[in-house]
Parts: sequence; C-alpha cells; structure tokens
Amino acid sequence: MNSSALFLLITGLSLIAYFTGRRQAFSHALQGKLKALPKHYGILTAMWSGIPALLLMLMWIMLQPSYLHQQILHSLPDSIANQSSDTLELYINNINLAIADGSDIDDPIIQKAINGYRQAENNSRYLLTGLVFLLSLSGIIFGLTKKLINIHARISIERAVKGFLVLCSGVAIVTTVGIVLSVLFEALRFFESISFFDFMFGTNWSPQTAIRDDQAGSSGSFGAIPLFVGTMLISAIAMMIAVPVGLLSAIYLSEYATARFRTIAKPTLELLAGIPTVVYGFFAALSVAPFIREAGESIGLSVASESALAAGIVMGVMIIPFVSSLSDDVISAVPQSMRDGSLGLGATKSETIKQVIIPAALPGIVGGVLLAASRAIGETMIVVMAAGLAAKLTANPLDAVTTVTVQIVTLLTGDQEFDSPKTLAAFALGLMLFATTLILNVIALHIVRKYREQYE
Amino acid sequence: MSINTSAKISQPFQANTEPMLEETSNKATTKSSDNKSDITIGENIIENPKFSTRNVDVFYDDKQAIFNASLDIGRNEVIALIGPSGCGKSTFLRTLNRMNDTIPSCRISGEITLDGENIYDKKMDPVLLRARVGMVFQKANPFPKSIYDNVAYGPRLHGLARTNSELDEIVITSLEKAGLFNEVKDRLTAPGTGLSGGQQQRLCIARTISVSPEVILMDEPASALDPIATAIIEELIDELRVNFTIAIVTHSMQQAARVSQRTAYFHMGKIIEVGNTSQIFTNPRHQLTENYITGKFG
Repeated sequence: MNSSALFLLITGLSLIAYFTGRRQAFSHALQGKLKALPKHYGILTAMWSGIPALLLMLMWIMLQPSYLHQQILHSLPDSIANQSSDTLELYINNINLAIADGSDIDDPIIQKAINGYRQAENNSRYLLTGLVFLLSLSGIIFGLTKKLINIHARISIERAVKGFLVLCSGVAIVTTVGIVLSVLFEALRFFESISFFDFMFGTNWSPQTAIRDDQAGSSGSFGAIPLFVGTMLISAIAMMIAVPVGLLSAIYLSEYATARFRTIAKPTLELLAGIPTVVYGFFAALSVAPFIREAGESIGLSVASESALAAGIVMGVMIIPFVSSLSDDVISAVPQSMRDGSLGLGATKSETIKQVIIPAALPGIVGGVLLAASRAIGETMIVVMAAGLAAKLTANPLDAVTTVTVQIVTLLTGDQEFDSPKTLAAFALGLMLFATTLILNVIALHIVRKYREQYE
Repeated sequence: MSINTSAKISQPFQANTEPMLEETSNKATTKSSDNKSDITIGENIIENPKFSTRNVDVFYDDKQAIFNASLDIGRNEVIALIGPSGCGKSTFLRTLNRMNDTIPSCRISGEITLDGENIYDKKMDPVLLRARVGMVFQKANPFPKSIYDNVAYGPRLHGLARTNSELDEIVITSLEKAGLFNEVKDRLTAPGTGLSGGQQQRLCIARTISVSPEVILMDEPASALDPIATAIIEELIDELRVNFTIAIVTHSMQQAARVSQRTAYFHMGKIIEVGNTSQIFTNPRHQLTENYITGKFG
C-alpha cells in the first residue's frame, strides 16, 4: 500500500475506534460509573488507535530512503563499492535514475542492484502496512478492555492536545534559535579574519577581496559605520513621514470620523501595508527620485539620482499603516469613561485628546512607532532600488547612501566563495541588524505590556 | 400642583407587611386609569428653580427614551431620580449637561433652562455648560495621572489658578471637601488609579468640585462601592448640598431616602411622580411608584 492509502486506512480504523470506544462507554454509562462523557472515550480510543500508527508511518517514511540506499550499497560488488566517494555517488545516481525510469538495464550489476532495491522496497511496504494495521487494531482492542472506563478520558485528551500545542510552538522557537545560531557562528567566522572593532567602528566600507591569489585587488575593508549611518538616515526620514501622518490620521479616525467613514478609510489605509515592497521600490526609483532631483536642480541643489530622501519618503509612506493602525487601536481602547470624565469637566474635544487620551494611549503609540521603526530598519527592496550602493558616510539626505540590508543583498548575489570574508560579512551585518531590531521589538513589547496593565 | 390624584388620596397607604395578593388586583383596577395619563403627578414644578426642564423628549435614532419630561430642580437641594433599569433616568441626567451630545444618534426636543438660560440654545457653549454642571459617573474614572494632576486638571483647563500656590490651594480644598485629603495628603504624586474604589470615586468628586460648578450630576455614584465607602459618599453628598445643587440617579431606594430632599420616579421614559422624599417613600400617590418602592418590580 502506498502512503496515502495507508493514511486512509489509519483514518478509517480511528473512526471505527471512535465508535467502539463511545459505544462501550455508553454501555457503562448505564451503570453510572463514567468519569467523562462517552464521546471523550471515543476520541481517546481513536487517539490510541491513530497516533502510534501515524507516528510509525512518519518515521518509516523518513528512514526508508537511507535504508534503501544501504541496500543498494550492499548489493554492489566490492570492486565498485570501494571506489572513491565521488565516483560511487555517480554510480548510485545512475542506479536511482534507472529505478525511477522503471526500464531494464543491460548492465547485470545495475540490474541486480535494481532488483535488490525493488525487493527491499516491496518488503518494507508490506512490513509497514502490516505493522500499521496491527498497531491501529491493538489501539482499538486496548480500548475495548475494561481498563478504559477507569481512565479520566477528558484529562488524557486535554493532555494530548496540550502536547500537540507545545510541539507546534516548539517548531517556531527551534527555527528561530536555529537561524540565530547559524548567523551567529558564521559571523564569528567572519570576526576571525576581520577584527570586531574594525567592523564596528571602521568608517570605510569596500568589501572587495581578491578571488584568486594572483589577482590584483584590495584586501577589502569592512567598516560598518557608513552602512548603519545610511540605515539610520533613511529610517529617520521614513519615521519623520510616518509618525506624524500615521498618528494624526489615527486620531482623526478614532475620535472625529463618523463610523461610516472609518469603516471605509481604515481598511484603505491598511491597504498600503499590502502593496508589495518591490512596487514601492520601483515607484521610489522611477517616480520619486527623479522628481526630487529635478525639484532640487530647479532651485540649484545638486541631488544624486538615487537619494536617501526618495527612499526614505517612500518607506515612510509604506509604514504609515503600522503607526496609524496600531495607534488607532490603542486610542480606541482608551475607555469611554476617560473621555466622559474630561468632557464632564468642561474640557473641549481637542483638550481631552491632548491631555487625557494621548497620554493614556502613549505607551501603546510608542510601541507601534517602535515596531514601525524596526520594520523600516529591516526594509530592503525600496532601498536596493532607490537609495544606491555607494557606502558614503554622510548625513545629507540628498546624497546616495547605502544601508545594511542593501549591502547584504549585494554581498550575496552572484558567484561567491563561502569562506571569504566578503561573504561572511553578510552574516555579521545580519547579526547586527537582527540585534538592533530585536532590541527595538523587546522595548516595544515591554511598553505595550505595561500599557495593558494600566486600566485593569 | 397635584393633578387627578383624588382617586388615590382617599385610599390609605398600605404598608408592605400586609398581605398583598388581593390588594394588588384590587388597586390595579382602581388606579389603571391614572397609568394612561402622561401627566406627572406631584410637585414637579417649583418656584425659582436652578434647573428647569419642560416637555423634554429624547430619542436614540427612532427609539424614544424620554417622553414629555417636565421637572424642576431647586437650589441647594438634592433630588434623587429613581426607577427601574432602562427607565431613562441616566439619559435624563445626561441631557442636563449635554453629555448626550457625544452620542451621534441622540436627539433632544423640549426646553431645558439653567438659571433661565436655555442650555440647548445655539449661543450656549456645551464646554462652558459642563464647567457649570459637573458630573460624577457610575464607575470611578480617574485619569491615569497623579492624584494631584487629576484634581488640577479642570482648574488648569479653565485657567482658574494664576500661580502654583493658588492651584495647590484649589486642589487641597477640593480634596478636603471630598473628604479625601487626609487619606492622600502624603501621596499626592501617586497615580490616582492606585486608590481603592471608594477613594477613586471621592477623587472624581474632588475633581468635579475643583472647577466650582453650580450643579453636580451623579449617575449612581455608589453602585460599585461597598457599604462603608457608600456611607462616606452619602455623608459627603449631604455636606455638598450647602454649596451645590445635586441631582443623583440611584438604584438604592434607601440611598435616595437618606440623601435627597425630593425624589422623582421614572418609569418607561416618563416621570411618573415627583414629591418630597419622605412623602414618596411613605405615601406614594401613583400605583407604579408604590409598586416600585414596595419592591413589587424593578
């Protein structure tokens, strides 16, 4: 049986298990001895029947390829099996291709290997089917024994559900930890060749390293300061756009707008967050940047065709919904009694907003702004397209600057050696970026949590 | 101004210790004609009132919440508005300082005057009105600021103090009048939300009187408090009567009897009966009032 048929078999047997378990519980229910509802006993029996069988099947599917690989190796004569690993790999690939083809091969050795493989595959399939069937059935039989009734079925089910939930959150956590560790170790390899202080405090970024020993070329300098300055410059411009626009529109939407306008305007504003960043990117590069250059030239300023200003403005527009949506939520969450209390004292609406509502919602607003800031710092596509590649240490928004994310992209596109400092520098930059946004997120979460306690 | 009460006045007040079943059916038939009348029984109109409402109707969208309400509130008196839930007493209270303006679906017709000025006149600024007619809410709602700033909020808005020491004085007097100063004098900078429920409510009262209003509206100010905190608030209301006119909505009839001089009974959006508190509670003239205060419903 193939795996989908096996899966159906397990499902069917679990269903049967459910009904037998429930029926048995019903018959005991007449004596009034049950510790949970009959359906709980049904579910518990189904779990006994289904879960071990499913686990077995999963493990089998994962382990089967390596087992079959071993089978092929064993079937090969020593003369071939003792070759160097590269040639052997090629040989086995041929065999695998032939198996996938399904056709017969003239070479007797390969033919023998194929036959052995098919034999082993068949055996394994029969064995698996038999085992799964037995396991499922034994679950049902276990459920049919008298023991079932003495179990707190509901508690067992809840424990199993809890275990499943722990597993799911575990997957997310393990993935995060894995990414962080891999970035960390690669970054440490980078710091073996480039000193940490040169990286952190160097003001010159030119990551060109010689690819061949005889090639002329610089040894590269990896001072990350210009990148971080560029990132901060663009993020600052973006925040200068997003915070006032976002906050004021949130105040309008939550305090002044009619319910009808709000139901239309809020989703429309949030639509901004749904525009792909690459669209923002070419909008910035093809529309905003030329416009700024022409506007600057008309008043006698020299503006680079890729400027921090263009990228920052467009990025600011992109993160408006982060600020406005979160601020709107926290402003709306300020209890109506606060407004009543202030209005009842003879405060005007704007006095109430300025002196009661905004202070009360401030922690939440700050949280939203920090989340938007971490989004701006990590944003890549807009800056790749609109901010340029020149790692210039400047605070002039009309210059072309580059950011951490842009440099990571350029370091890792094209052919690269995996152990050159140039490639590894990307991991170091990634680590720094990750640390920055992590700190911002932690601060934001901390502030938001503090806010929640305020009215309880 | 008692109207068509002849049928009832002849009938003596029945104490609720008497068997009620046959009484109820008996009275219901004799008084049913009164129930149809829209006219308020009792002394709803008085001389030289502070507040005066005439033929007030309040609507939420199409639903009418108040029907033809006419009620005067006298100077330096405490008037209790009682009645079953949903009878419109809170809505009525909120029309008096135009707090209902914040509800878009709310419409009001009729005439409401404060010292003879129509408060729904176009020239009347609701912001200034609310400074004259303060409000204490059912649930204590201190701002998330310090105790001091909570009380200083109103005076700062209206520029009542020119110097910091004047402001200090206003804050301290208000807290003293609200009977809270001794409990909080050592922690004026602590957050107002950290006080107990009863203290928070007294803080809100201090906040309200800090802007020296003429009238204080109280919407079930003690309904979320324990009996001891309630007793303190009730004493306070009695003291405040010297300086302010107070209208209080309450669900507790004992409270109404303890703190008020006059009582108005609301039923289904109508003011059924108005009179001296002692008269309302000992000798109600309307069947509905009697049913309510004897606990037959509500």
